[in-house]
Amino acid sequence: MSQLGHNIPIPERARNIRRNALRMGEVQGQGYIAQALGIADVLAVAYFHAMTYRPEEPEWEDRDRFLLSNGHYAIALYAALIEAGIIPDAEIETYGSDDSRLPMSGMASYTPGMEMSGGSLGLGLSIAVGKCLGLKRKGSDRRVYTLFSDGELDEGSVWEAIMSAGHFKLDNLIAVVDVNNQQADGPSTSVLGFEPLPQKLEAFGWFVRRVDGNDIAAVQAAFDAARAQAGSGRPSMIVADTLMGKGVPFLEAREKNHFIRVDAHEWQLALAALDEGKPS
Amino acid sequence: MSTHIRKNAPAAAAGKPRLTTSAMIASIAAEGQRTKPAPFGHALVALARENERVLGMTADLGKYTDLHIFAQAFPERFHQMGMAEQLLFGAASGLASEGFMPFATTYAVFASRRAYDFIHQTIAEENRNVKIVCALPGLTSGYGPSHQAAEDLALFRAMPNMVVIDPCDAHEIEQVVPAMARHDGPAYMRLLRGQVPLVLDEYGYTFELGKAKLLRDGPDALVISSGLMTMRALEAADLLRKDKVEVAVLHVPTIKPLDEAAIVAAARKTGRPVIVAENHTVIGGLGEAVAATLLRAGVAPAAFHQIGLPDAFLDAGALPTLHDRYGISAEKVAGSIKAWSDGGAGGAA
Repeated sequence: MSQLGHNIPIPERARNIRRNALRMGEVQGQGYIAQALGIADVLAVAYFHAMTYRPEEPEWEDRDRFLLSNGHYAIALYAALIEAGIIPDAEIETYGSDDSRLPMSGMASYTPGMEMSGGSLGLGLSIAVGKCLGLKRKGSDRRVYTLFSDGELDEGSVWEAIMSAGHFKLDNLIAVVDVNNQQADGPSTSVLGFEPLPQKLEAFGWFVRRVDGNDIAAVQAAFDAARAQAGSGRPSMIVADTLMGKGVPFLEAREKNHFIRVDAHEWQLALAALDEGKPS
Repeated sequence: MSTHIRKNAPAAAAGKPRLTTSAMIASIAAEGQRTKPAPFGHALVALARENERVLGMTADLGKYTDLHIFAQAFPERFHQMGMAEQLLFGAASGLASEGFMPFATTYAVFASRRAYDFIHQTIAEENRNVKIVCALPGLTSGYGPSHQAAEDLALFRAMPNMVVIDPCDAHEIEQVVPAMARHDGPAYMRLLRGQVPLVLDEYGYTFELGKAKLLRDGPDALVISSGLMTMRALEAADLLRKDKVEVAVLHVPTIKPLDEAAIVAAARKTGRPVIVAENHTVIGGLGEAVAATLLRAGVAPAAFHQIGLPDAFLDAGALPTLHDRYGISAEKVAGSIKAWSDGGAGGAA
């Protein structure tokens, strides 16, 4: 649990994350907005329910680690890091601009709280395996949370890491796969099908919970169940089915929403829609 | 040579001696040459005794990269990652980010070709303290292109943050291991494994990261070399001395960062051709690095030649045959140097 703002409910956190993401999207007029809106509830639970960290000390040794494998979700993670107090709110207006600490694709060397350089998809789980081995080697009981996208399931390296995490009994690993069924060329399940995903993961020795990734209570329960796997010898995977554009109806309705452009006047409409939709 | 030509039946081999092909565990040492067993494995054990952050990792090639020596000495500090090179290097980055210093081993082909993006992004871009140690560099396997890393130096030279080292012998490998540990950041070392030749101890040689060393001097030709080609250049120089050809040998074990000052100083001595010898394709390795260095410095030697592997998929076969075929055996090196030192323009490319 974060040290800040115990009294702010998770849905409020999620809405603030969406708001931050929309404000960043407005800076560039386009981006991976729909993914950010879709994953905001998962990030709110991760940062304001599940994880331990110190906002003022992002590299605190006893923190839980968070790896963003799908670097293009940086806009979503920045939004959460801003809400968590790790990145100042004032940097929102620099998003994606020259010399900003908030580049469009997330990199470890640019941003406080960004633990890896993602973007070349399929890297995160392999790094997570190493970090989990390292934490166990140090006798730490901290966990490694890793977010990746359903499209990354196409990458062979993801399956190398899934196989090894089961083999090494990395029960300090909690991975979240965002199943929004959308990748660059179309619906993920038709680009390269990966279902039935939970059964595949269980066969590799993982503890799996599949939830509606926009149902905050369900996501919280899944994180709790995953955290309870400590000592079980099983890594955990939360398969989060999310709705791209969640919280902004006219973005939810868009069909081609992997990388979207939003007209200038629509940003205020989107922010207004968020508020109308309380609670998210 | 096209695949179709390779598929033709070989000419009758009657009366020819049958060369045994080089097995994967073979040493590159010549018969009767002084050797040391598994210098990397033993040096890593010595380092690990002093530095508790040191770990060993491999992708199912522990026995074939001399890492089994470490695994036996420190089983609890050894990670077998399976035959999964992308995972190996991603996980090495993760362990390094938690404060450890993994030495990750595989074959040079798999690190440079299969796992390149993983090394590029998770190790080099994140500037993680991972040491990459790879057997079968250049042409040190007779298995054909699947195992011949003819282009690894070109690929790793091009990668920002990466230190690249091509040691010559057991004496040098023993010194490179602690030197890599002293360097805080990613480093790639080409590994000679098994019974590794021992040569440079006789030259009073000491490895220094980023330093080239003149092992012998001579007015007739300057050979600039790295890795096992320094051994070949020294053997060739001994052979040529009988013909009154005196050859200088500048050993450049650190391919990156390159000791440009030493290269320019040695090449500035007028009248002798500069010959770069490397166990690597002539594209993108030490030869082109030296050529660019000299051009930038405005140094034009009497002539410039490259001894290296051709821009081709190399043949399978016995290593002595192949080293002769591609001009990197001591005898062939001596012949090339002699031709170039006599008249300048003659000899092979």
